[in-house]
Amino acid sequence: MRQSRAIDVSTGLFVLLGMTAILFLVTQITNREFKWGDESYRLTAQFENIGGLKAGAPVSMAGVTVGRVESIDYDMQAFKADVTLRIDARFDKIPNDSDASIYTAGLLGGQYIGITPGNAEDVYHDGDRVEFVQDAIVLENLISKYLFSQAGKDQADAAPAAQE
Amino acid sequence: MTSLLAEMFGNTRRFLERLGALAWFSLQVLRQTPAALLRPRLVVEQVYHSGALSLVIIMTCGLFIGMVIGLQGYDLLQRIGSEEALGVGAALSLLKELGPVVTALLFAGRAGTALASELGLMRATDQLAAMEIMAVDPMRRVVLPRFLGGLIAMPLLTAIFIVVAIFGVQLVGVQFFGIDQGQFWSQMRSAVEPGDVYEGLIKGLVFGMSCSLIAVFEGYTADPTAEGVARATTRTVVISAVVTLVLDYILTALML
Repeated sequence: MRQSRAIDVSTGLFVLLGMTAILFLVTQITNREFKWGDESYRLTAQFENIGGLKAGAPVSMAGVTVGRVESIDYDMQAFKADVTLRIDARFDKIPNDSDASIYTAGLLGGQYIGITPGNAEDVYHDGDRVEFVQDAIVLENLISKYLFSQAGKDQADAAPAAQE
Repeated sequence: MTSLLAEMFGNTRRFLERLGALAWFSLQVLRQTPAALLRPRLVVEQVYHSGALSLVIIMTCGLFIGMVIGLQGYDLLQRIGSEEALGVGAALSLLKELGPVVTALLFAGRAGTALASELGLMRATDQLAAMEIMAVDPMRRVVLPRFLGGLIAMPLLTAIFIVVAIFGVQLVGVQFFGIDQGQFWSQMRSAVEPGDVYEGLIKGLVFGMSCSLIAVFEGYTADPTAEGVARATTRTVVISAVVTLVLDYILTALML
């Protein structure tokens, strides 16, 4: 009887340790550290192009994470991406002319939404839409713009040369 | 030539025979599971034998595997100048592949062999036959608790292995090489999805099922001789390792 009780204790310890390990993996290693109860409010924003933005991406102000991207949808009427943001209720004094831009964290990092505060008196409330937005920068567009501008310059350079 | 053909034919036949027996055995195990759960005492004892007693080897190996990943990962990543990604790379590779697979291989070596040789010895010393005479179903009394114990222990061992290994990576990356602690953890947190954790745990559960099933099957059907027990033990390790790796490919392809 005594031996079986010792087995029980070590088995219990083992199971407890295993459960703790699973809990640690789920809560500490993953990006679920933000707990959303009712203490948050939603904002929506429409972008022409969201690049690689994904649901769960951080929303930050001055580099501080104030919320997460809740969902991304496509608006068939406006032909734009519909992005829903969940902002922590602690940050409830964001001026309602603030703008939302999509940035890239680092060279290869994921994309996130940065909010730059405006200076309006009124603040954003639940369900408001962010009117001023800036799309994700698509590298291919930048390169093609650069190439075309270079081509234009070359032609401009070539034209006077031909006249001489 | 004909003898070679005959041998090949014989081998194929024997393989099919074993496979059929395993399928039949699995069905029996499945059918008896609810009845075995009525006596949780026996299962708890086996969780202790296959789980708690494997803890030390699992944690030691986890720590060293984590530290090796730390060294190799740091060396690789500093060549392309992104050492901070060590946490992400290590966590994902441990969660998705290394954790479950290495735990399963260690489990087969530590707990699987113990199960197979114990059951084989019971068979060789007629203990199983004696139980049958006493109208005790050895399947329900001996095999099932061992199978269920392994099944419960494996996911827990996998989780412990991964956690210890991540601390090993952290030890080498952050303490030795001086990667920024905050970046190490925050990059890991922002890149790892809960789905990755579940993938590792599901793999651990499936490997636990396959490894314990193979161990009890080999032990239960071992030839009742000293040689037969030895062969059953060897086969347990070999077959468990192969099945684990094949299943790993299939599971990864399914869940990716």
